[in-house]
Amino acid sequence: MHNKTIAELSAGLKSGEFSSVELTQSYLDRINSLDKQINSFITVTPDLALEQAKQADEQRAAGNVGILNGIPLAQKDIFCTKDVKTSCGSKMLDPFISPYNATTINKFNDTGAVMLGKTNMDEFAMGSSNETSWYGPVKNPWQQESVPGGSSGGSAAAVAARLAPAATGTDTGGSIRQPASFCGITGLKPTYGRVSRYGMIAFASSLDQAGPMTRTAEDAALMLNVMAGLDPRDSTSVDEPVPDYTASLNDSMAGLKIGLPKEYFSEGLDDAVAKVIESAVKEYEKMGAVIKEISLPTSNLAVPTYYIIAPSECSSNLSRMDGVRYGYRCDDPEDLNDLYIRSRGEGFGAEVKRRILVGTYALSEGFYDAYYVKAQKTRRLITNDFNQAFADVDVIMGPAAPSTAFKIGELTDDPITMYLSDIYTIAVNLAGLPGMSVPAGFVNDMPVGLQLIGKHFAESKLLNIAHQFQQATDWHTQAPAAFK
Amino acid sequence: MQWEVVIGLEIHVQLSTKSKIFSGASTAYGAEPNTQACTVDLGLPGVLPVFNGEALKKSVMFGLAVGAQINERSVFDRKNYFYPDSPKAYQISQLYYPIVGEGHIDIDLEDGSQKRIGVTRAHMEEDAGKSLHENFHGQTGIDLNRAGTPLLEIVSEPDMRSAKEAVAYMRKIHSIVRYLGVSDGNMQEGSFRCDANVSLRPKGQEEFGTRAELKNINSFRFVEKAINVEIERQMDILESGGTVVQETRLYDSEKNETRSMRSKEEANDYRYFPDPDLLPIVISAEEIEAIRETLPELPDDKCARYREQLGLSEKDARALTIDRDMADYYEAVQQAVDDAKMAANWILGDVAALNNKNAIEFKACPVSAEQLIGLLKRIKDNTISGKIAKEVFEAMYAGEGDADTIIDNKGLKQITDTGAIEAIIDEVVANNPGQVAEFQSGKDKLIGFFVGQVMKASKGKANPGQVNQLLQQKLKP
Amino acid sequence: MSTLDKSDVEKIAFLARLGVDEQDIPEYATNLSNILEMVEQLNSVDTDDVKPMAHPLDAVQRLRADVVTESNDRENLQSHAPQVEQGLYLVPRVVE
Repeated sequence: MHNKTIAELSAGLKSGEFSSVELTQSYLDRINSLDKQINSFITVTPDLALEQAKQADEQRAAGNVGILNGIPLAQKDIFCTKDVKTSCGSKMLDPFISPYNATTINKFNDTGAVMLGKTNMDEFAMGSSNETSWYGPVKNPWQQESVPGGSSGGSAAAVAARLAPAATGTDTGGSIRQPASFCGITGLKPTYGRVSRYGMIAFASSLDQAGPMTRTAEDAALMLNVMAGLDPRDSTSVDEPVPDYTASLNDSMAGLKIGLPKEYFSEGLDDAVAKVIESAVKEYEKMGAVIKEISLPTSNLAVPTYYIIAPSECSSNLSRMDGVRYGYRCDDPEDLNDLYIRSRGEGFGAEVKRRILVGTYALSEGFYDAYYVKAQKTRRLITNDFNQAFADVDVIMGPAAPSTAFKIGELTDDPITMYLSDIYTIAVNLAGLPGMSVPAGFVNDMPVGLQLIGKHFAESKLLNIAHQFQQATDWHTQAPAAFK
Repeated sequence: MQWEVVIGLEIHVQLSTKSKIFSGASTAYGAEPNTQACTVDLGLPGVLPVFNGEALKKSVMFGLAVGAQINERSVFDRKNYFYPDSPKAYQISQLYYPIVGEGHIDIDLEDGSQKRIGVTRAHMEEDAGKSLHENFHGQTGIDLNRAGTPLLEIVSEPDMRSAKEAVAYMRKIHSIVRYLGVSDGNMQEGSFRCDANVSLRPKGQEEFGTRAELKNINSFRFVEKAINVEIERQMDILESGGTVVQETRLYDSEKNETRSMRSKEEANDYRYFPDPDLLPIVISAEEIEAIRETLPELPDDKCARYREQLGLSEKDARALTIDRDMADYYEAVQQAVDDAKMAANWILGDVAALNNKNAIEFKACPVSAEQLIGLLKRIKDNTISGKIAKEVFEAMYAGEGDADTIIDNKGLKQITDTGAIEAIIDEVVANNPGQVAEFQSGKDKLIGFFVGQVMKASKGKANPGQVNQLLQQKLKP
Repeated sequence: MSTLDKSDVEKIAFLARLGVDEQDIPEYATNLSNILEMVEQLNSVDTDDVKPMAHPLDAVQRLRADVVTESNDRENLQSHAPQVEQGLYLVPRVVE
């Protein structure tokens, strides 16, 4: 049962082959027996899950239900879930039992999906390896000495290990696509504003976007059908019609214009990874697509631009964690400043502190123009590059990450090299574009993801392109040996 | 040395919306602590602000009323600082692109002249919560009901040269926001608050001296007092060769002194940057014009109309129009009795005097416009004399009912029956033969004496005009 | 501009009300200096005529109708607060 996709499970529920309660119980059993190996969940919610499953079965018996009705899912612990701990991977929010639901959680609840639990993540989504979590690192199901990527490492590992058919992730600089690549699953970061950010704990508000992490493009389309749409509670969510994302999955690739940015295939890219990407592109050529080399000349500005904008926004977003109204509070504060300084000093981990310090500095008097305003300008240049490229091509392809998953502990002392593991994903967030990572092969038994980048609101197109690849290849059906 | 005082004001006006500027929680005053602080107001993880369009409309109304540039594109910024009444540790405000640009108002000086004061800008922002300093085991309690109430911060140019000018400016702004209905202007409840920047410079010098910022002064009276004691303090320092320190100071109304608020001083680097959770506010020229159409008649226009159409003096017209409630009251009375001067005299005289004496604001005046109209009609139709009317008015103010009821109950109806008046006159004439002789020998002024005697004998109820006329006839030699 | 010393870190940490251990300060100073050096690559680009970009989409703010939609939920919202009394959040005494 655990090797089935959402589409297949939904068919099984519909035909009565199994009930949601049975399905949910089987996943809970798997989590119970297998997750100690990889630490992909922070919180498992068996009682809630079985209750939701029971309700889903009743709804199904009563009449028409949506495709996700009764399907168990894992939610990244960045989404607020009412009456369930919402830690964001931090000691700071370890005591935080959310009094409300994120819009995305409400949407899944409304359609009758089941929540298995909350997945592990880098603390406040700041990290590329899931090593900054207060709840300990997540291990890559393909090779447990390696990281699963981050920040949505728990979601990626849980889906790869078949502990959940699908999960949610969030992506600020690659946090869906890079772990999807490292764990060999399908991950979609939609256009900025496509999915509501309400109740999704903010890291960098102008970059954050939630999306599905699944085993197939078809499942990602089914998930996005539920997640996408205008939310009156999020001013930055977009009033753009939501299509049925499964409708164009089977469109032909003939004549599709694919752009390969030369900057994404240069120095810094692992040779073996490059070969995997090249053979994936050849697969599209066989399907009738046209390949074109393009240039994104400001690619080298993406990481530095991001490391001004994201820390600046996060330094302000995380200021509300002050030990007054919720979350961690230090013992016996002497005075108000002591309360703030110690609650925050004890509640946040090293990487979060590093970014708060960088952001605070970048916004401080005398430096604001030189750093923040400058970065907003280079952000526009990076966006302009993409706009220009999309005048000639339908989709941009390249690697999702410069290498396969690195080893746990390998980069923890070297923040900048760690930051560079997001070198191909970050620009997409700065420009607000949709991006995907699709399993495209293996290097030394570790998965490699092909990144697809589309125009604003071209999610249907990306899902179609990914689905066609998955019709022609079977990389996405491979499972890690320990979790088959 | 001769010193010149330089004052600029920052006025915080709570906009009278039903819900908060960025959430759907109520803004009603006086609720139990934290019962009107929703997830957004509390700054819970994950929540997002959504902007209340009514706050925009009211801000634009104010801008148009002070002849200001309305910025078709304005942007919300975050002002970052840690304080327990600021739940997100930043305040959403507008630093770089405010909604209202440069404008001006004219204030009335004591000598009857006017002075133009520049409005630098006005921007929208969210109010903070309240710290309650009662002793909770040595701790402070935080109530966030007020957090997120929409504010318009109105910043003036440093154009005022005395505490009196500052008060006149504040009164005028108060008058305008009340006229527009954009704020209830209730100072006791904190809907209208003022910070004053005060500095001194040698007369004739162009550059400004170092200023002190007086925080949160919540009445017209205290603004004047606070500024004056601050002027004295700075003058003492400067006269003795010292230098004024730029700082925030708090006015203590009990001790009538200002004192330094060092706690607000430490490291105030606010790290302003555009709030990424909100998008630029865009309003078209057409939308601005549509709002302009809804503006009511403002105090200056009303004042001019009272002078031109109703023939009131500048002084009376000003006095009647500064408070919208008074102006509305005046217009109701004036239209009903069709006597602009009579209505003005009564409202600025008896009504205002009793309100002042009882420290009652015009909108709470115990005599309604309808009641005053009832009274003035009885003067007009000679039911009572002007003098008796004052007695009736006091009874109405004391809550004894309408004019007609009081007149009946107290038997104050004017005597207009010629026979009855003649009988009193005959008695007066009979009792004062000496004065009669003097009058008849040419001492005309004595008519006043006879009128007085008749009125006294009638307990003020005889119609004075009739008395005069009948006396002239009777006393003719 | 790109090299931060101990006192810079202490100053920034105070602005952010962020406790950092004394012995970690030199490492933070080095980390921060390296990050700032990395971002200084941006200075090689001429951006004089470029408009700053705050949002990825060129959208404008939607306006919410002025309606009260929230009701009193204090009990739920305060149920996991660190310290409350009589409906108030308590903090160490604030001196004005």
